[in-house]
Order: sequence, then structure tokens, then C-alpha cells
Amino acid sequence: MSDLQAAVAAGVVGAEDGYRALLRATVEVARAIFHAKAASVFLLDEETEELVFEAVAGEGADTLVGQRFPADTGVAGWVVVTRQPLVVEDLTKDTRFSREAAESTGFVPKGLMAVPLLAEEKTLGVLEVLDRPQETKFTLAEMDLLGLFGNQAAIALDLLQRARRARAALEGEGELKTLAAFAAKLEGADEDERRAGLDLLDALRRLL
Amino acid sequence: MSLLAHESDEEYGLPAWSLSASAGDSIRIRGGWPERVTRDWAFGDSTGAGVRVCVLDSGVELDHPLIGTVERSVAVSKDGDEIVIADDDAGDLCGHGTACAGIIRAIAPDCELTSVRVLGAGYTGSAAVMLAGLEWAIEQGFDVVNMSLSTTKKQYVDRLHELADVAYFKRTILVASAHNMPIESFPWRFASVISVGSHELDDALTFYANPSPPVEFFARGLNVDIAWLGGETINATGNSFATPHIAAICALILGKHPELTPFQLKSVLHLTASNVDE
Repeated sequence: MSDLQAAVAAGVVGAEDGYRALLRATVEVARAIFHAKAASVFLLDEETEELVFEAVAGEGADTLVGQRFPADTGVAGWVVVTRQPLVVEDLTKDTRFSREAAESTGFVPKGLMAVPLLAEEKTLGVLEVLDRPQETKFTLAEMDLLGLFGNQAAIALDLLQRARRARAALEGEGELKTLAAFAAKLEGADEDERRAGLDLLDALRRLL
Repeated sequence: MSLLAHESDEEYGLPAWSLSASAGDSIRIRGGWPERVTRDWAFGDSTGAGVRVCVLDSGVELDHPLIGTVERSVAVSKDGDEIVIADDDAGDLCGHGTACAGIIRAIAPDCELTSVRVLGAGYTGSAAVMLAGLEWAIEQGFDVVNMSLSTTKKQYVDRLHELADVAYFKRTILVASAHNMPIESFPWRFASVISVGSHELDDALTFYANPSPPVEFFARGLNVDIAWLGGETINATGNSFATPHIAAICALILGKHPELTPFQLKSVLHLTASNVDE
């Protein structure tokens, strides 16, 4: 590994850990603010059309991260498809949902608040808050609060994905691998070659 | 492009750009609005009979007890670069369209419902599919189109704006959900549609006119009993549910006053809103 790659790798790996911690902190605060049993962030994997547990607070925090399920069914699927938040208070009436939830997570929530994680034109995933206390009726102010948390979680999830793409590029995978290979080549070149390479890259940048 | 604005001028046989001094009588329009437009005049005793309502959404579950007959179900999908619109009996994958249709049916029991599925068929190309579905719905001449959905894709905004204006002049009312998150999305921001947000009251016919658009009306969206997949009913909250309340009230008004244009209908909604003083 070149010096350049090593330096960038150190930054990227640190950033990835930091963004994962930020996401985890967001779901923990969401859970605490709503006095809920659990909160989680799902990442939408567009290639496999699945949702992946990315961060979990409360019930399932130790076991669920990394688990996947189809992205087009259930409440999370509804939110991904419509890009609108949804709050359901009596989920136990949906026997199909209860069975599926029990099989995949071992936990059947009574109520669920779900909000899409949006970054401009893309849907990155879903934030869910499970089992807020139902003694008080849900209000639209809580819906707005949920939207604000969704916004924050979307930023953290976006940063995490960027860091992952950067790491993949450094490891010679993903769409930036050509750029990483070019940087490595430049690092090992003599001064004339390096200047010529940078001039060429600058010309390309202007063209684009 | 099949739906250009000037086609509607030809369709109605009106002078497109000017009116001669003697021609005023040839385009007389029936008045007959009362001095004070009341709810009773606007939609009292109406069941929405004779009004064709389109639910542009994720499909509608067949034979749901809260919905009953769906006149026609079509699905819009993308096959490579080609958009395909075909009759469909797959119902609804995620339940969103079923919920909207149930709300419309509860308020306007005798309206005619058609489902156009544009959501749920993959995550790429979804804005193009939505636009194709909307264009089809306008071509079919529905009276009301419920759009509890929106797009953030900027490259489609001009075309969507154009379609919303075509619908307005072809007398198809587009009722669209405001996005209750801080992002820029469309078509609810356009003046030619009726945009809807939620209020917290527990009454299906209570709606408010908003003096500060772009959200023009607030309707019931909190803790609503909605039709759920599997023939179930469930209690849920979302702006998605406020929109079909206004779409259904539009169906009630048009059931009684089919001659109303979108401009007039919006005025009637304003005059009968729960917060507009007599």
C-alpha cells in the first residue's frame, strides 16, 4: 500500500466507525425521546431489494444488526415505496405481520412509527420506532419530531455509505477503483510523470 | 407527447385566444350558485354517484370488505426503456392504495373507483412510471385523481407540471399529498392541484382552508381507521390519509354539481371549509 493510500485509509476507516456510532446514537436518542421499547435504522439494498438492520437500540440491539428482509412488504416496505412516514398503533391485528416479525426478530411490536430516510432524490432506508407508550394518543407534533430524526439519521447513513464506498475503492473494489489505482500510480511516479498525470487529470476535470 | 394543452381548447370548441364583441352570448355559463355556498348546497345528500375516481397508488386489494367493487385495475411498469400499461389483478403489495381507496369509499360510497398501480414495481424508474400512470389517468378523463404520493426527481418536474395543468383544463381534479418531511417534492406544490396536509381532529368531514399555501387544505390524517391488507382494518397516521378525505369530498361535490371546473370546485372547498366564516 502506498503512503497516500495508507493515509486515506486511516481517515476512511476512522470515519466509518464514527458514522456508525453517530447512527447508533441517533436511534438511541429516538428511542429515549419517544420512550419506546426499540428503535432501528434499516439500509435499503437496491440490488437485492432488501432492507438491512444497520443500527438498533433497545430490543434486539445485540442480535439484529446485519439481518435482512424483503424491502417491499410490511410497514417498512410501505414507507420505502411511498417515501412517506407511517404510524400504526395496533399492529397486533395484522396476523401476517406479527408472524413475520416474530420469525425474523423474535419481537412483535404493538405499535410502530416509520419514516423514510431520504437524501435528495434517493431513498437510503427507514427509521423505525417501536412501541411508544400508548396511554397517550399519538400527535402530529410527534410526527414532525419523527421526521426531524429521520433527517438526521439519513445524513448519518449517507456519510456511512460514502465512507464504505471510499473503503471499497481503496481495496480495489467499487466504482472508484480506477481513481484509486490512478492515485497509487501517481504516488509511485517520478516528478515529470506526476506533473503530466496531474495536468491530464486537471484537463479532464475542466472538460467534465 | 399526446397531451398538449391546446388539444383541450379544440375539444371544447371554444375560441382559443380571443372573443369577438358579439360572441359573449355563445359561451354563456349557467350560474345558480346561492348567495351563501353551504355544505348542504355543496354536497348534502351526495353519495358521489356518477363520479369517476382514480387511485394512483400501489394498487387496491381485490374484494376488500371496506372497498367493494373496483371498476378497473391497471398496472404501469417499466420493461427496459418502454412503459407498459396493462390490466392487472395482482391487487396491492404494500397496502397504501388499499388504505386510500377505503377512505374514499367510506365517504363517497357510490363513486366509481379505478386503481392505477404506479408504486411498488422496483425502485428505479419509479418517477417515469408515476408520470405515465398520471398521463393515462388524464387521458381516461377521470373526475378526481387521488395522488397520495410525490416525486423528488427534478428532471421530471417540468413534465409533471405540464400534466397537472393539462388535467386542470380537462376538468380532472388532482388531489395530492403534501410531504410532511422537510424535502422538496412534487406535484403537491403546484397551484393547479389541490394539496392536502393533516389535522388532528377525529372527523372525516372536517377540513380547513390554509391561508398560507402551498398546503391548501388540512383534512383528517391522525389515528384514522384504514383498510389494511388481508381484509383487515387498522388504525394509522399519515398525510397519505388526509388526501383521500379531500378527494372523496370532491367526489361528493361533483356528484351534486358535475358541471364544476377545478377552479370552481376549489372555490366551493374553500367556502365550505370548517374555518371559513359565514
